[in-house]
Order: sequence, then C-alpha cells, then structure tokens
Amino acid sequence: MAKSEVKLLGAWPSPFVMRARIALNIKAVEYEFLQETLEPKSQLLLQSNPVYKKIPVLIHADKPICESLVIVQYIDDVWTSGPSILPSDPYDRAIHRFWAAYLDDKFYPTLRSIRAAQGEEARKALLEQLAEGIALLEEAFGKCSQGKAFFGGDGIGFLDIAFGCFLGLLRATEKMGGVKLLDEAKTPGLVKWADRFCADGAVKGVMPETEKLIEFAKVFMAKMRGAPAK
Amino acid sequence: MANEVVLLDTWVSSFGMRVRIALAEKGIKYEYKEEDLRNKSDLLLKMNPVHKKIPVLIHNGKPVCESLIIVQYIDEVWNDSSPLLPADPYQRAQARFWADFIDAKVQSVTRRVWTTKGEEQEAAKKEYFETFKILEGELGDKPYFGGETFGFVDIALVTLYSWFYVYESFGNFSMEAEFPKIMTWVKRCMQKESVAKTLPDQKKVYGLVVDLRKKLGLD
Repeated sequence: MAKSEVKLLGAWPSPFVMRARIALNIKAVEYEFLQETLEPKSQLLLQSNPVYKKIPVLIHADKPICESLVIVQYIDDVWTSGPSILPSDPYDRAIHRFWAAYLDDKFYPTLRSIRAAQGEEARKALLEQLAEGIALLEEAFGKCSQGKAFFGGDGIGFLDIAFGCFLGLLRATEKMGGVKLLDEAKTPGLVKWADRFCADGAVKGVMPETEKLIEFAKVFMAKMRGAPAK
Repeated sequence: MANEVVLLDTWVSSFGMRVRIALAEKGIKYEYKEEDLRNKSDLLLKMNPVHKKIPVLIHNGKPVCESLIIVQYIDEVWNDSSPLLPADPYQRAQARFWADFIDAKVQSVTRRVWTTKGEEQEAAKKEYFETFKILEGELGDKPYFGGETFGFVDIALVTLYSWFYVYESFGNFSMEAEFPKIMTWVKRCMQKESVAKTLPDQKKVYGLVVDLRKKLGLD
C-alpha cells in the first residue's frame, strides 16, 4: 500500500497521537505524519474531525478515523497480518478496555490538572489521587501480565499503549514536582514495565524526551498565566 | 461448561438498559439483581471495586464493568447470532466513535438538564440541543445509526428514550418538535422486542426523578 494511503494528523507532545503511532509501528505500516499546528487548527483537521476538532486523526484511503483508542482498534482490525494488539480472549479484551477507559476518564484528567493546580494543597491532593490510580494499575499489571513483560503478555498490547503513552508526562511531572510516581518500592512491576515499554522498537522513536516535555509544559503554563482573566 | 450470567443493575439506569437490550438481542438467559445504590451490596463492591457502579455483568463468576465494554463483550462471546457491531473495520470504528460520543457528550449533559436551574440549565439545554443536532446529522436518512440493522450505537442511545419525558418536563421543550428524525428512529427501535421489553415507562422514570429532585433539594 502506498505510503500516502495512510496519514496521521498529530503533534509530537500528544500522548494520544503517540498511541496511534505505536500501533502503526507494531503493524509496520508506512504512513505520512502530518504535523498539526493547532493554533490555528488546519482546514484538514476541521474537515476530518468536525465533531471534536482534535488530534490524532488517522486518514486511511481518505477516510478519517478519530479518537485515539478507536484508531488503535481500527489499526488492529485492518492490519491483521502483524502482531495482535487487542488480546484474543474476549474477557482479557474487556479488562484491557476497562483500564484504558479508566486511564482516559480518571487518570489523565488528574495528571493534566496537576500542572494547572493552584496552590500546594490542591497539588498534593491531585498527586495523592494519581498515586492511588497508579497503585490500582500496578495491581492490574500483575493480573494482566501474568509474569510476562507487558499488560499484553510477551508483546505490547492495547493497555500497554493506552497507559505507556503517559510515561513522558508522568516523568515530566516527577521532575517538575520533585516527586516519585513510579517507585521501585511501591510499584516494582510498573517500574520495570516502563523501561521495557520505552525501549521497545515500536515506541523508541515516538516517545518524546522528558526534557522537551518539561519545556513544553513550562511554555503551556506561562501561556495560561499570561491569559486574560475570564 | 455452565454458562452463568448475572447482571447487577438498577431498573432506571440508561447504562444498565444497554446491557439488558444486548442480552435480549442474543437471547441470553441471565439472573437480574436489582441494586439499591444507597446501600450497595457486598457483591457489587467486590465485583466493581474501582467504580462501585452498575451495570456489572458477572459471567461464570468473572465481572465485566462499564456498559459499552459489557455490550462489546457480549457481542464477542455470543458471536453466533445477531451481531451488534459491524463486520467492516471502518464501520466498526464509526460505531465505536459514536457510542463514545454518546457517553462523552450526551450522558453528561442530560443530567444537567434536570438537575440545574436558571442560567446553568439554559447552558445545559443549549449543549443538549447541539449534541442531538449532531446526532440527527449522523443518523441522516438511515433507518438505524448502523445503517440497515439495529446495532451498537442504537443500543447506546435508545435507552435515553425512557428519560426523554424527564428532560422535556424539566427542560421545557418537546423532543418531537425539536428532533423529529430522532423520534422516528426511536419509534422504529421500539418495534424491537428487546428494546420495548427493556425500556421502562417514561412516566415511571419521571416519578422517580420527582422524588429524587425533592431529596436533592431542587423542589
């Protein structure tokens, strides 16, 4: 299939865009990465994702697919010759989907609020919430991996992708906040998993460097402070 | 192997109804357990420790949580008849996208329509209208959201029909007047036994909400 048949509209700092890139890499799909400027949003973005106007958008043979987890499942459904991303057993699939939904509905909103938190009390409360979530995910890792390297078993699977994309942000949050979120003592499984995930061939080229993310976060926070009061 | 299916649910939950419709579509026999959410059972707390919410499907002792995840699970396990998701990957992606939209946008705004007043309610109504306009656009002239056959997105949305009278009464508008295409689609879905037998009477739901509003101090 020609490279231009598959396009991904995205931006390097986005963990959601990373999910799509990892999935495409796992399937060894050649694609054209279109860097979206976001300010202002491109015509292509507005046309291909009129409902949310958000990245990532996968454009396959001119048909757009939106929402990162929908995109990852689509990639798994289409490119069946590559390694499977979703587990084969329906119950395991339900578990992976459950935790992916938890990550998007609860975990990520908490993680994202930390950098905008007003005051030490608020920040501490959010960090505690995050730590509780990480403890749950450590337990889930034990159950899902069954002693193997990843949530998906021997290879990276759906939940690895759904969670692993936030490692950059987690590390940036650790550095900026002087805290440890993934800890050898409390979350030994996840600490080892995180290293394996970041070292994986499908992930290496698309995981942003922590320092770059910190810079990006600082620019973002400065913009927010500079923004006129509503 | 014994196929034991238990559903922890409440009769009024539009999320729980989705699971009941899916089970009915597949002709699956199950044990229904009504939960009192003010006094959650040990079973519920054990089966859904993370969210402590219904619905929970317990299949041969193992819990599946989150209504849309449960519906997909049901479709994948009982895959010999009545497919709920399309076979084509692109159509499947569209189905997942719209079901997710219904959870992300529709479910969150509908609650605000009947629990808020004044400016807050006006804002909620505006969002509600925008959201249903988008849905009407997506439905177009198709018989169902999935096309020719009743499926995943239809299941995700139709359960709200039992709550329409609540939104109309407290929001002071008419779904038939504002969204005639949606109402035509609703009536088509209600012709299906799985839907008609699952959805509770609108007035019954309204009655519960009237009591709930008093408890919430809204009336």
